[in-house]
Amino acid sequence: MKKIDSLFLWLDERLGIQSIFKMAKKKEVPLHRHSIWYYFGGMTLFLFTVQVATGILLLLYYRPSAEGAFESVQFIITEVQFGWLIRSVHSWSANLLIAALFIHMFSVYFMSAYRAPREITWITGALLLFISIGFGFSGYLLPWNKLAFFATKVGTEIAGVVPIIGHPILRFLRGGDEVTGATLTRFFGFHVAVLPAIATVLIGTHVLLVQMHGMSVPPKIEETEEPKTMKFVPNFLLRDLIGWILAVGVLAALAAIFPWELGEKADAFASAPAGIKPEWYFLFMFQTLKYLPAKIFALDGEVLGILGFGLGGLFWVLVPFLNKTPGHGRRKLVFNVIGIFIVVFIIVMTIVGYVSS
Amino acid sequence: MIGTRNERQSLQIVTLGRRLPASPAAFRRRAIVVLTVAALATLAYFVTFSRKTSAQETSSCVICHSKLEPRLSDPVKSFDGDIHKSKGLSCNDCHGGNPNKADKAEAKDPNWGYVAKPTAQQIPGFCGKCHSDANLMKRFNPSLRVDQVQEYATSIHGQKLQKGDQNVATCVSCHGVHGIKAPDDPQSTVYAANVAETCGKCHGDANRMAPYGIPHDQYDKYKSSVHANALYEKHDLSAPTCNDCHGNHGAAPPGLTSVANVCGQCHSRQAELFQKSPHKEPFDKMQRGECLRCHSNHDIKPPTDTMAGVGPGSVCVSCHNNDKGFAAAQNIGSDLGDVSAKIDEAKELLDRAEKAGMEVSHAKFDLRDASDGLTQARVLVHTASADEIHKALTPAMENATKNYAAGEYAFSELSFRRKGLAVSLVFILFLAGLVYLKIRQIESKPPSVES
Amino acid sequence: MEESDPRGPTRRRFLDYLLGTSVVATLSAILYPIFKFMVPPQVIEASTNSVSVGKNADIPANSGKIFKFGSKPGIIIRTQAGDLKAFSASCTHLDCIVQYSPEKKEIVCACHNGVYDLTGKNIGGPPPRPLEEYKVNVKGDDITVTRT
Repeated sequence: MKKIDSLFLWLDERLGIQSIFKMAKKKEVPLHRHSIWYYFGGMTLFLFTVQVATGILLLLYYRPSAEGAFESVQFIITEVQFGWLIRSVHSWSANLLIAALFIHMFSVYFMSAYRAPREITWITGALLLFISIGFGFSGYLLPWNKLAFFATKVGTEIAGVVPIIGHPILRFLRGGDEVTGATLTRFFGFHVAVLPAIATVLIGTHVLLVQMHGMSVPPKIEETEEPKTMKFVPNFLLRDLIGWILAVGVLAALAAIFPWELGEKADAFASAPAGIKPEWYFLFMFQTLKYLPAKIFALDGEVLGILGFGLGGLFWVLVPFLNKTPGHGRRKLVFNVIGIFIVVFIIVMTIVGYVSS
Repeated sequence: MIGTRNERQSLQIVTLGRRLPASPAAFRRRAIVVLTVAALATLAYFVTFSRKTSAQETSSCVICHSKLEPRLSDPVKSFDGDIHKSKGLSCNDCHGGNPNKADKAEAKDPNWGYVAKPTAQQIPGFCGKCHSDANLMKRFNPSLRVDQVQEYATSIHGQKLQKGDQNVATCVSCHGVHGIKAPDDPQSTVYAANVAETCGKCHGDANRMAPYGIPHDQYDKYKSSVHANALYEKHDLSAPTCNDCHGNHGAAPPGLTSVANVCGQCHSRQAELFQKSPHKEPFDKMQRGECLRCHSNHDIKPPTDTMAGVGPGSVCVSCHNNDKGFAAAQNIGSDLGDVSAKIDEAKELLDRAEKAGMEVSHAKFDLRDASDGLTQARVLVHTASADEIHKALTPAMENATKNYAAGEYAFSELSFRRKGLAVSLVFILFLAGLVYLKIRQIESKPPSVES
Repeated sequence: MEESDPRGPTRRRFLDYLLGTSVVATLSAILYPIFKFMVPPQVIEASTNSVSVGKNADIPANSGKIFKFGSKPGIIIRTQAGDLKAFSASCTHLDCIVQYSPEKKEIVCACHNGVYDLTGKNIGGPPPRPLEEYKVNVKGDDITVTRT
């Protein structure tokens, strides 16, 4: 016992562990009827660590080349022990992560948690959304199967539609004019080096800021009542833990019952399979672009759509500056209506995308 | 209009030039203008001159005929794409006459060998004049055969022609008249993929075939055959069309006993097995064509396992009934059916296992041996020996059974995974429950402990 | 407080004990597949574009050998003169596996007597197309076949 104590003291002198412990002890989570939404940030973070762990494992066998990618994934899921599990968990966890992230984001939006002084927390979060989507888009291609090949082709083509900068972007993403082995190498680089580096910085900032400012309480509750609080350690953390344990269970169940299919190897000369669809979190954009007329006031419909989504993204990032005094009167109503419209739009378009073939 | 404008322009240039002071710059400008004009003029001269030579037609046949009514000018037009023209031949090389004379009578002088339109009887000799002359043909295509006319004389077409039948096919019926193409030109009427249609033009015409008392459905039947499928759908130009069995210049139906030789050109193993089989003798005696007794001739369908055996679709039962052959057919049919079903079963199971993410590629590869064995056994049907077929099928059956088991093993492995998952889920839920209890325990403590 | 409830400490200790073991069990259930995953599998990773087909001694002159190339069969032949040649072993007629005939010095397909010469060209029987040829590399004693 003494030895451990002295080791602790030794470390504390050098690392200041005591102060971290103190901070953790002091940390409290407000309790009110919307507290449930606080769990989703932690869930997203947990799923991200699952992605990091399984991603590193997959790297042991994956080969990022047009000749070897498909075969190496096939090798992982067939020859490597528990390879099927690791790969399926990685794929499923990616999807759950995006879902958890969306829930977290919209709960923050509707609770106006982005208001001062948490603007930068919101911005880093919004940027993390784009990074996560980038992870999804780049990771989808890596197995180099037919579906991924054509989804990437279509996806990068959409980027190429943007006037002036579109074509250079398309060439940058594809590593040339066509989707080839060069694209795969590039996407691999984005997926395992560029995006993780950016994500680490952003997540670090995001989490640090949350510790600095503490959990935000919705304005309405803040005004009417003094919310009760709960200790973060251990009460809230243990509740988080239950969520994470259940997430592990769900991931294992999904991986075993619905193993992620590998499909057929990509073939640049094969014709596109009928009804190719992007991953579900792109589907609403994909479907919207489909519905836009070819010409809107002499402008290309698709270009307008893409620009629209771009502006939408910008609006989303800048929300804290557009809505500086949330929780008051008409302004709140307007932003709530916008938020509800976006949620409904995404849900409806996603469903339509799934139903229509 | 354009000419006048140009003239005016050049006039302007000249006048401008005259008016300009003779500075070195102006001189240079003028020199450029003059040189450009000179260069353009030279160019124009050559263009007109060369155009004249390419359009220059010295043959009076072409000069006159191209101005005539379509019936008489069409040959000129279609001859443009003719292989003979590309080899440098002209009208008179076949039709005779003197193309240097502008006068109609002089040009068509019979003393110059002029023949306007050869009759059907004349045609073989007409073409054979060159095509049977080995020395002459060497100059154009040394590898081309020169026995077409000779062969033609042995064909049914040629024989009937000799007897005065003007309706039979001659050279031009198949090769065309003035737009003759090389046989390997896809536009040629005798290109492999076009032969059947060319023959079918006459042989598919009921009225035309009526006087000869022969059927006219060969083309339609052929189109439904496995060979036509290979030729038209798989674009396999080596697949047989009419002439591969009937010959082309010596076209005739193969004799009944030679059918096997004809089919055996490609299906050599089947022919060989059949020749040694007990069927050979009775088939010859019955005067039924060997292969076509079971496979028919023009509308040959892909063979099925049900053709052997005694069930519906069987060809054996048309002769065998309650005899030793019937029993053999029964055995052959059930053997083939069993193995083929087992292979399909194994294939389907392995496919499903693969879809479920299991590794079965080795079993799938191994299963090819079974398919091979089955294909070989199907060929052995031509021996008519149930024993031999059974012997060939035994390893295939064993292989299919083994690989079916591999598929089953893959599925048992899969269910093992699910069971393992179920067990781990119990643990996970248990743990979650314990954590929940822990929270309850912590929170049941009065707050005084904290302070 | 703890002393006031005599059952308290035992119950709590039991819960802590159970919780501890469950955490360890679950962690090991998670770590076990991870460690297993990191163990290199027995099978050497199948590459699609080249495959090792054996040693020089495996293929004497005037003989052939079937090998697995991905999911398809291949055939490697050493001619009487000692040259190595490799082809796809799927007959272009009906996909049977072809074999080398040392007597005829040809590649033959037993199913329908298809015949190919030693350049892979179809020279007899029903096969419509030549066999796809592969490249053979000999490095030391190892023979490797590459698809181009």
